[in-house]
Amino acid sequence: MARFETAGAIDCDVHPPTPRRADLLPYLDDYWQEIVTSREVDVLELMGYPERTRPYMRPDWTWSGDPLTQMQKNLLDPLGLEGAILNVVSGAHALFDPYLAAAICRATNDWLADKWLSRDSRLRASMLVPFQNVEAAVEEIERRADDKRFVQILTLAMTELPLGRRTYWPIYEAAEKHDLPIGIHAGSNFRHAPSHSGFHSFLIEDHVVQPQGFSTQVASLISEGVFVKYPKLKAVMIESGVTWMPALMWRMSKDWRGTRIEVPWVKDAPADIIRRHIRMTSQPFDGPDDVEDVAKTLDHLLSDDMLLFSSDYPHWHFEGLDVLPEGLPEARVNKILRDNVLATYPRFGG
Amino acid sequence: METPVLERSQEKAQTQGVVDCDVHPAFSRPDQLLDYLPERWKTHVRDYAVRTANPLFGTLPYPRMTPGNGMRRDSWPPNGGPPASDLTFLREQLLDQCNIDYGILQPLAAGSMAFNQELGAALCAALNDWQIDKFAGPEPRLKASICISQEDAKESVAEIDRRVTDRRFVQIAMPPRTLEPCGRRRYWPIYEAAEHYGLPIGLHTSAFGYRPNTPSGWSSFYLEEHYAASNSLQTVLSSMILEGVFEQFPKLKIVLVEGGFSWLPSLVWRLDREWKRMRDEVPHVKRKPSEYVRENFWYTTQPIEEPENNRHLLDILRWIGTDRLMFSTDYPHWDFDDPRFAFKVPLTPAERSAIFRDNAVELFGLK
Amino acid sequence: MSTAPTPTREKRPPARHVVARVDEIAPGASKLVHVEGRDIAVFNVAGEFMAIANRCPHEGADLCKGKLVSLFESDEPGVVKQSRHGELVRCPWHGWEFDLRSGKSWCDPARTRVKSYDVAVEHGARLVEGTYRAEIFKISVDDEYVVLEL
Repeated sequence: MARFETAGAIDCDVHPPTPRRADLLPYLDDYWQEIVTSREVDVLELMGYPERTRPYMRPDWTWSGDPLTQMQKNLLDPLGLEGAILNVVSGAHALFDPYLAAAICRATNDWLADKWLSRDSRLRASMLVPFQNVEAAVEEIERRADDKRFVQILTLAMTELPLGRRTYWPIYEAAEKHDLPIGIHAGSNFRHAPSHSGFHSFLIEDHVVQPQGFSTQVASLISEGVFVKYPKLKAVMIESGVTWMPALMWRMSKDWRGTRIEVPWVKDAPADIIRRHIRMTSQPFDGPDDVEDVAKTLDHLLSDDMLLFSSDYPHWHFEGLDVLPEGLPEARVNKILRDNVLATYPRFGG
Repeated sequence: METPVLERSQEKAQTQGVVDCDVHPAFSRPDQLLDYLPERWKTHVRDYAVRTANPLFGTLPYPRMTPGNGMRRDSWPPNGGPPASDLTFLREQLLDQCNIDYGILQPLAAGSMAFNQELGAALCAALNDWQIDKFAGPEPRLKASICISQEDAKESVAEIDRRVTDRRFVQIAMPPRTLEPCGRRRYWPIYEAAEHYGLPIGLHTSAFGYRPNTPSGWSSFYLEEHYAASNSLQTVLSSMILEGVFEQFPKLKIVLVEGGFSWLPSLVWRLDREWKRMRDEVPHVKRKPSEYVRENFWYTTQPIEEPENNRHLLDILRWIGTDRLMFSTDYPHWDFDDPRFAFKVPLTPAERSAIFRDNAVELFGLK
Repeated sequence: MSTAPTPTREKRPPARHVVARVDEIAPGASKLVHVEGRDIAVFNVAGEFMAIANRCPHEGADLCKGKLVSLFESDEPGVVKQSRHGELVRCPWHGWEFDLRSGKSWCDPARTRVKSYDVAVEHGARLVEGTYRAEIFKISVDDEYVVLEL
């Protein structure tokens, strides 16, 4: 018996295996086939999000056969999910060649459509676009805009530039026009060290500091005025943890009162902007040991709209079917499982 | 602004005096520190300057919101000089008005961040002499910090050895934005000395460092920079725990200064969760990270977070424990916290006494 | 429903206090005054005098030591417009802005505000005849004075 009934829920963070060269070749033109073959561009897995390592694969799940069948058997069927959003956390984010990055993103999206979306109608996907090549990113969004199965644009918590920078605004303009939220997913392209003091000795440290990436991306999007310029845009923090957010809201709102003349386009308290524009997926949650306190961490957000259901499949965050953390107030669960998701992803209905 | 000012009635924070764990003394003139440098380095600084990772000389790449690199507008001493350079006015405006029994000095000059490490060590020694000469010597309420050039651990330990007999020094000061994560073994000799002498190490947020202020490069605005600074303290905590520093030095005391504290509970829950899954990657970390957090870390309160619903701060206080928090003003900086008004939530007399005084008295051995 | 007619009663007449000679507070400057036990910051905004309670409701800083500033607003990142020249005071500590006319803080007008007071400039010749309190000043008929209503 699962802790909460999940039938009909929509899972906002599900990971198919990152496609390799053999997967992508059918979707690359002759030139790019030649390039990826001769130059041996094959496995594109981020050191800042190493899916080959143990924490990224729950051991008691089925790992043989077709990955889609595995996902159906391990997750979609037992949880009775109505939908799931596929997030490919690709090494394309770390490539330096802006044209190669664009080609890999395009091919990955084609592969997702062909090998995943068309084989299970419950599935949706995040679109990969090359943030290294903003023009090509916009082109890719426009090219695929009519395919409503792509429901958001994906980027990382730790990127080359803070995501609020004007360089990226054409991407946000296209995203807003087509009702595509910006999904910011855990991980780094290692353009910069994950901490103020450089690279860490251990993978566990990279995991622990992820909220530093997320919180500074939120601060950047707000401070640069992205939500003033694109008022319909939403950004979803994916696999971010949840409980770090109130401290950011409190601190930014306080600082804003004294520094707002630096950024006068920030007209509302950052906490209010966050409640309107920022969403977070529920797994991992990073809650207190005492389950009585779990609801308190949500109270601190002063909003029931911000949390979106996720399993982070196939990462090992939970046991059995207990995909939501213990202690969530029953009244909030339905919003988390479905209502908030549909409100965040307008393209979900088709 | 020249305005005739009449003093308003003084309110005392509490009958017992406050301990302020973050006071920033300043030079009365830009080259004052040269007076404390040996001739060799005096000449060097005049000829080649002090080179650091700050991209600008004498000013900050994120200009502050007030003059003097972000000072309280009312903190310029009437007799001239920059804020907190005049002991008489510092006594009057901070120690007397805020009923402060002890203030811990946190010098922010560039010693620890100088690229030239030999010069850095000389600057730290000069800062240590200067603190005693101008502040902690003439004013027993002010206590000094042993500034060290942490990238050169051997020299840092030598400086600690030289100062430790002077009881006016109550902690070791080290910046959190170290060249490598500060749990790394290159810094362990410093921790060994600190533990040996029972001296806490205070790591105060710093305005610039060797690396960008976000994991996505440099932010555009001071609003972002001011928040991001507290992230360096989170890295100090996770790096020291996960590198096994406290297995080696179980009595080491670490104070995280000027980062606020509301981020802590979430970080600790995350640390414990990840450790549960990945503890075999770090077998030298024998206990749950939260246990080291409870035993080895303290936090100064400023800039205190201000939730929209004030009472939410009580949850945070309960999750951290009021025995780990120590009040600080950050005088004379613009984001100063006044002990009379900073806490907008009701505290019991015992909690108040712990945060405003007792925790620091015990940690720094003040009486 | 009928209500009993309320007897028309005169309001208690406001007391008027002479708090400064006009030339004492230069444009852009301020003076802290004490009136009936209250600390009040009086500002000269380009020749017009305005007064608010001196203590910042946030952490108690003296607003009389704050800087007079204009209102800077923006609807478009990078494009800033200016209005209300010098009519706001920015707190000397945390930089919160207060509108001198209303006493409201810009960032949180509903919850964070200070009391504002009516201020007038009167000629000395009139003051000598009127019912004003001038605790501090010897009124000269030739000068102009800042008069605060409480």
